Amino acid sequence: MSNEAILHSSVVAHDHHDSHDDTHHEHHHHETFITKYVFSQDHKMIAKQFLITGMFWAVLGGFMSVLFRLQLGYPDSTFPWLEDIIGKWGKGGHISAEAYYALVTTHGTVLVFFVLTAGLSGTFANLLIPLQVGARDMASPFMNMLSYWFFFLAGLVMLSSIFVETGPFSGGWTAYPPLSALGSASPGSKTGMDLWIIAMALFVVSSLLGGLNYIATILNMRTKGMSMTRLPLTIWALFFTAVLGVLSFPVLLSGFILLIFDRNFGTSFYLSDIFVSSVGALPNEGGSAILFQHLFWFLGHPEVYIILLPAMGMVSEILSTNARKPIFGYMAMVGSMFAIAILAFLVWAHHMFVTGLNPFLGSIFVLLTLLIAVPSAIKVFNWITTLWRGNIRFTPAMLFAIGFVSLFISGGLTGIWLGNSAIDIHLHDTYFVIAHFHIVMGVASMFGMFAGIYHWFPKMYGRYLNNNLGYIHFWLTMIGAYLIFWPMHYQGFAGMPRRYYDFSVWESFKQFADLNRFISTVATIVFFVQIMFLFNFFYSIFKGRKVTSTNPWSSNTLEWTTPINPGHGNWVGEIPEVHRWAYDYGKDGKDFIPQTTPVGDDESVH
Amino acid sequence: MSTVLVIAVAVLVFLVIFQIAKASEYVAILKGEDRSRKENNKINGFFMITFLIAGLIGVYYCNELLVDKTLFAQPSASVQGERVDDMMKLTLVITGIVFVLTQIALFVFAYKYQENDNRKVFFFPHNNTMEIIWTVIPAIALTVLVVIGLRNWFFFTSDAPKESAVVEVTGKQFGWIFRYAGEDGVFGKKYYRMIDPANNSLGLNWRDSADINIKDDPAAHDDIVQDQTMYVVKEKPVKLIINSRDVIHDVGLSAFRLKMDAVPGTPTTLWFTPKYTTKEMREITGNPNYQYEISCDQMCGNGHYSMKGIIEVVTQAEYDEWQAKQKPAYYAAFPDKDPSNQQQAVPVAVDSAKKVTALSSAKSISTASN
Ligand code: HEM
Ligand SMILES: [Cu+2]
Ligand SMILES: [Cu+2]
Repeated sequence: MSNEAILHSSVVAHDHHDSHDDTHHEHHHHETFITKYVFSQDHKMIAKQFLITGMFWAVLGGFMSVLFRLQLGYPDSTFPWLEDIIGKWGKGGHISAEAYYALVTTHGTVLVFFVLTAGLSGTFANLLIPLQVGARDMASPFMNMLSYWFFFLAGLVMLSSIFVETGPFSGGWTAYPPLSALGSASPGSKTGMDLWIIAMALFVVSSLLGGLNYIATILNMRTKGMSMTRLPLTIWALFFTAVLGVLSFPVLLSGFILLIFDRNFGTSFYLSDIFVSSVGALPNEGGSAILFQHLFWFLGHPEVYIILLPAMGMVSEILSTNARKPIFGYMAMVGSMFAIAILAFLVWAHHMFVTGLNPFLGSIFVLLTLLIAVPSAIKVFNWITTLWRGNIRFTPAMLFAIGFVSLFISGGLTGIWLGNSAIDIHLHDTYFVIAHFHIVMGVASMFGMFAGIYHWFPKMYGRYLNNNLGYIHFWLTMIGAYLIFWPMHYQGFAGMPRRYYDFSVWESFKQFADLNRFISTVATIVFFVQIMFLFNFFYSIFKGRKVTSTNPWSSNTLEWTTPINPGHGNWVGEIPEVHRWAYDYGKDGKDFIPQTTPVGDDESVH
Repeated sequence: MSTVLVIAVAVLVFLVIFQIAKASEYVAILKGEDRSRKENNKINGFFMITFLIAGLIGVYYCNELLVDKTLFAQPSASVQGERVDDMMKLTLVITGIVFVLTQIALFVFAYKYQENDNRKVFFFPHNNTMEIIWTVIPAIALTVLVVIGLRNWFFFTSDAPKESAVVEVTGKQFGWIFRYAGEDGVFGKKYYRMIDPANNSLGLNWRDSADINIKDDPAAHDDIVQDQTMYVVKEKPVKLIINSRDVIHDVGLSAFRLKMDAVPGTPTTLWFTPKYTTKEMREITGNPNYQYEISCDQMCGNGHYSMKGIIEVVTQAEYDEWQAKQKPAYYAAFPDKDPSNQQQAVPVAVDSAKKVTALSSAKSISTASN
């Protein structure tokens, strides 16, 4: 028997679920390759486009971190192949300082915006909102398509910035002026910065088009019986995410527009009293460099929740499904997300404690920042209680969801340090911050995303990912993430600043040479483990084990009532009606009760 | 060559893992999905508890290995920093307890409640008492941290004591410039368009410049300007007035546990009281090369990582001696105005008398700024 045959003979052997007719659902309109795969208006296809584009950027952004970690870990070694791939930036097998900063900046920008905003929200909002609220598609499929293509365009422009003569932007993903405004202060702030701003402006357009659509769909297109309080937590999370994005991205755009004016049209919004060595005194007077930081962080802080909330939502859903037990404290979960969404707008200046901010104002931001720890704590306790006395199935998705909770605890607790301005005045812009935000935002959200991919891959492609590779992927990544980022806290305790190309001349920071080598080595291995995941992903799209039942995880939510390979429109007949919340697992001795099951007469009430 | 080898090995490992994973999937199917799922569940459950134990040991071991390389191994060099250290220790205790308890709960529950055919799931959708308890307890703990934190914060950001020494710090790509007020104890006026990298790096108003409305400011004539190294006195509060000449920098004082941005056009301030001289710190740390380093902590361009300044903390006597040797920057720019350059015209005896007055007036600055 061939391998294929073994894989697919299981169809016959194990059909204890109702075997559904999974032939392609017929369409009322003809599709060409272009309308089906390129300019598709089907939310599921758009989700896949976001996902795969996000993966491209994740590989590129991740590879950049491998390159700049090479410099930090092995500052004295030469790597001749560097010159082959990055040319003059890697002359003599050494990454130049210019290249280092360009890599760090592009790494940060790409991972925050392209991977964990577009790649994460774009994928799962598109895939799950219509499927879980019971809609045939988004409110405006056309806007949805535009949203993807603006993102794609943003990516193209960002990519092109890597190839300009003066290099891509290199002033940090936060792009603080005057550095980002003055080409004379840094070569990366010349053409590279123009392209960076254009890319980001296109990105803002993309995320607004997407966000408005998500909100409209959730509010207006829920199926019969799907009241707001019956929504799965994924949808609540994606809803708050979209609201945050719609309210904060325009502020970022306004900040960028003023920056464009300062760069090109001689205004002085951010510039004052500047003398650049290479060109002398500049005419600008009266601007405030700090103004940009206010505008930036008014988006920047909500942005970290834009990244985190979808992961939180998916983790809630996956934990509950695989613990075979309702999510604990559904209303508290919604309430705490609401609190987080409100507070997210009121804490931005905690990134600016040491800019000379009025100390009284600073103290208000301390208070509000530490307040946000309360809803976060509630969520953690609720997740842990969800596991308590459950009956846990460790699917790869479940493992990543548990990993997410662990990382969110570890990274969230260090936020309590940094939110207290009297500690931040010491730790600000050190590796402690790098450790904090990578664990709580970077890696944790990546884990949320992986959990989502493993869980909904069967819905996307009608096949499974290879489980064993999934287990290997999880455990190596989990161990690797802690090995990379945990010791960085100690570098922060030494005051070691972030965005440093070389520490060897610093009496205070050079004692970590061994540790840096260790971190870089682990980071490289972890990078290759992710490549293995991608291999699994693409291999399984075509060759994975076929899904044989419509509801492989025995889940309650609506997406599992569609055919295995749903066509455009999702349900073949009527959209099902909803009779209950999404978390009736283990109720009255029943393993699970789908949302579409009417409430029985003798059912207990909770 | 070795790179090729590494890549070859990586690819090989990769292929082997992939083949094994694929093969075991076939085996799983042949064995029956249910059974293989249960086996995998056991293995992963076991890994959960192993990860917890190994992780907690790892956290301990990491601390043993690294804590001596951090600032926790040496006392804070400033009075303010001691409070930062105390706060970090308190926060470490609180967050540490929460960390250990929640991680244990998470992984132990994962291990203990792994799938088992005989377990009946406890349908437990919510419990108001529990939810109130774990809202209130964090809120109380956080209130404690906020109260202590804000008291320290208001202390750090309060006005510097009257007797503080004052030093102006200016960041530029990529170095630091320090200015002392000189004999009169007053910082002369400056304007960025007066900057001349050759001899007036701060743009002090040393001449009339009608076109930009600048008048010569005599108070600027005695200001002392120095690159790279700043001198401060042990146990005497020092207030920094922080500026930038071009982009945003940050005066990072890790040994003192403080930092403050240098923003062009908007001066900021920071004050602290050094506790140990550089020499004493060399003994405390056992490192004969120890330096109080100023690290730039805000991305400022391609030379950001090299933007180092030095703080020499000295005793009052050493400071006075150092100060006596300093000449106002004005004289370097206008050598003809320098009294010591007019020596041909004056007899030798008078010259040495001048030196004495220069010295005693230098002393009087330090008392004036006391
Ligand atoms: C393999 C995993 C990763 C490694 C080893 C890594 C490593 C690093 C390091 C060492 C820095 C600091 C470089 C410096 O300051 O000189 C950095 C910066 C950064 N990373 Fe990562 N990172 C990884 C993944 C991620 C992810 C998943 C995110 C997504 C949020 C992310 C976002 C950022 C951001 C925003 C910065 C700041 C960039 C800047 O300073 O402008 N990283 N990364
Ligand atoms: Cu923030
Ligand atoms: Cu700098």
